[in-house]
Amino acid sequence: MPSKSKKPGSAGRPEPRGAAAAGGAARLRVRKTYKLFIGGAFPRSESGRSYVVNDSRGEFLANASWASRKDVRDAVVAARRAFGGWSGKTPYNRGQILYRIAEMLEGRGRQFVEELRDGGLSREAAEAEVDAAVDRWVWYAGWADKIAQVAGAVNPVAGPFLNVSTPEPTGVVGMLAPRESPLLGLVSVLAPAIVTGNTAVVVADSPLVAVTFAEVLATSDLPAGVVNILTGPREELAPWLAGHMDVNAVDLAGASEELANACETAAAGNLKRVLRPAATDWSADPGTERMTALLETKTVWHPIGV
Amino acid sequence: MMSEMFEYAPAPESRSAVRIEDSYGLFVDGEFVSAKRTFPTIDPATEEVLAEVAEAGAEEVDLAVAAARTAFERVWGPMSGRERAKYLYRIARIIQERSRELAVLESIDNGKPIRETRDFDLPQAAAHFFYHAGWADKLEYAGYGTTPIGVAGQIIPWNFPLLMLAWKIAPALACGNTVVLKPAETTPLTALAFADICRQAELPPGVVNIVTGGPQTGRLLVEHPGVDKIAFTGSTEVGRAIARAVVGTGKRLGLELGGKGANIVFDDAPLDQAVEGIVDSIFFNQGQVCCAGSRLLVQESVAEELLARLKERTATLRLGDPLDKNTDVGAINSAAQLARISELTASGEAEGAERWSPECALPERGFWFAPTILTGVALSHRVAREEIFGPVLSVLTFRTPAEAVEKANNTPYGLSAGVWTEKGSRILSMAQKLRAGVVWANTFNRFDPASPFGGYKESGFGREGGRQGLEAYLAQ
Repeated sequence: MPSKSKKPGSAGRPEPRGAAAAGGAARLRVRKTYKLFIGGAFPRSESGRSYVVNDSRGEFLANASWASRKDVRDAVVAARRAFGGWSGKTPYNRGQILYRIAEMLEGRGRQFVEELRDGGLSREAAEAEVDAAVDRWVWYAGWADKIAQVAGAVNPVAGPFLNVSTPEPTGVVGMLAPRESPLLGLVSVLAPAIVTGNTAVVVADSPLVAVTFAEVLATSDLPAGVVNILTGPREELAPWLAGHMDVNAVDLAGASEELANACETAAAGNLKRVLRPAATDWSADPGTERMTALLETKTVWHPIGV
Repeated sequence: MMSEMFEYAPAPESRSAVRIEDSYGLFVDGEFVSAKRTFPTIDPATEEVLAEVAEAGAEEVDLAVAAARTAFERVWGPMSGRERAKYLYRIARIIQERSRELAVLESIDNGKPIRETRDFDLPQAAAHFFYHAGWADKLEYAGYGTTPIGVAGQIIPWNFPLLMLAWKIAPALACGNTVVLKPAETTPLTALAFADICRQAELPPGVVNIVTGGPQTGRLLVEHPGVDKIAFTGSTEVGRAIARAVVGTGKRLGLELGGKGANIVFDDAPLDQAVEGIVDSIFFNQGQVCCAGSRLLVQESVAEELLARLKERTATLRLGDPLDKNTDVGAINSAAQLARISELTASGEAEGAERWSPECALPERGFWFAPTILTGVALSHRVAREEIFGPVLSVLTFRTPAEAVEKANNTPYGLSAGVWTEKGSRILSMAQKLRAGVVWANTFNRFDPASPFGGYKESGFGREGGRQGLEAYLAQ
């Protein structure tokens, strides 16, 4: 239910530059509709549901889309369809696209700062989070054509065989955007998943930052469906995602114990890889663990002979 | 199934290489201890009872876990990697020294041919300890930290009893963990012989504990709050149950589960080599191999010729006494497994596949199943989708490489795959596209302790062997 806002349509954006138009009449701001991001498009929930998002002071910001189970399934279908193309791109190309995302992220910095401030962060903290998110994304972009050299190997087997182990993406990854760090947390779970060729379905309940992030992705040459973002209560959406038989892994970062247990139980149905939630300092050096956790090792043998 | 060309006189390995006791206890804290209940283990080739084996109940599992905990905290955890390494080298050497005894014992308890236990299971088991011994003092270079997890509960299958034990225990111990291992109900004897090897090696008490028993013992181990890590090799169904059982406990989990491997033969493949590879892929160990090439995908243009050669070759396999050195195909491990193989194979016929086996006299006692080839199999048939875990090959055909990839990947499993072609670029392309943890190109069923093994999708997660295999036993 919309609250009585004294500043209708502020929605965290910078004060509209056209506020004092010629003649002194205030200009009404054009608001953004916050929708889902599925298969490269921005649909509303097929259910027609929405929920009110207020800022930290309780002022109305937006009616965000409240994704349904059908939206979860549509997002998984889009992610699966995108998997072959994305994982089949050269690592160099994926690195370029990820770097392009960092460029777009930097360009949208001001908007993210305002949205994080709406969520209650100070200007300094919001700016620090945006800077860290951009830098984190650039760091991961560079891993695209290096992780296989670190995680793979030619193995010295006892016989006349070439034996090579290479890491490959596990497939479609379902994930939660950590609540406590709407942008840096989102970037820190999403980048390590997709940089290696996985595709993702993200459940975000900080819709403003997540949807604006989707706009970054949509303008970055990232193929449609590689990342899909659903907004709505995680307690409802995450178990559906965790139980979906065409999802290969779930990252439960930031889930409560109760939700994590429900998701993990659902995930056992098709033996998903599960990243259990752990206390994480999102500003710390992440290491390679989030990438390797979503990789499979494939080992290929071939005889050596003349 | 004797070919007309060759007659071989029996060449049985002597049973005197091993002395089987009438009864066996559990191995807990360095001692053999009795349990309230026992169960028999039988020779699947004769159905004779070999020994009565203790069945660990809650009390005994408690004792084993407590012994492992104490050993972890007081002895094995604090010990330097250099010292741990020397114990593992000792174990590797003793396995080599006692390999004939262990090979005979394995063939008797499991039913697999002595040729395989002697030339495959035993050398591989020793190699696994030798390889991991060298990691124990080099963990800081492996990239997963050097901190062990603690007490590992390990549950292994009956198809390669001692080798699976080696796959589980060697990396766990190298990384500084202690273990409680449950061998399969039908094949406990080599694990108990291994307990004696631990004593000969003077391994500190409690570092390795062996609890024999059935599914209930396994459940007690999985659910025991004193266990920090569960490692399981077995069926996907049980794997799912274990994944649910550890939810919310914080236990680490590694699963190596079922498979329905595709073995893909292109029209330019060296057909004679491919035939040998196919025979190895599905009849090795009576097909009771999780990574078996149980689906043969053959390019339509060579299907007829390949199948003719394959049947000719299959007809030369010798089925019979596992201890005969000429035997290629031994006994099925248990009556229950034989029933499953028979039921699934019959379903293949009922769904429209054509069934073929060579002329083959089966011994009157024991559990036997002739090598079987099902042709005209469709992707929807149960024999193309479900793991048979027996000497039964389902044959499908394809026309293009894309169709081969599509069919090969059309399964919830993802453990192994094979590719046969003389074209190098096609090998590399297929190897990239097949969603399986191990791809054998112009070979099949090759293993090495340095080579990571494990599945995609519902074939499980985690790897065993190689640097990557250490991750499962380190706390990061």
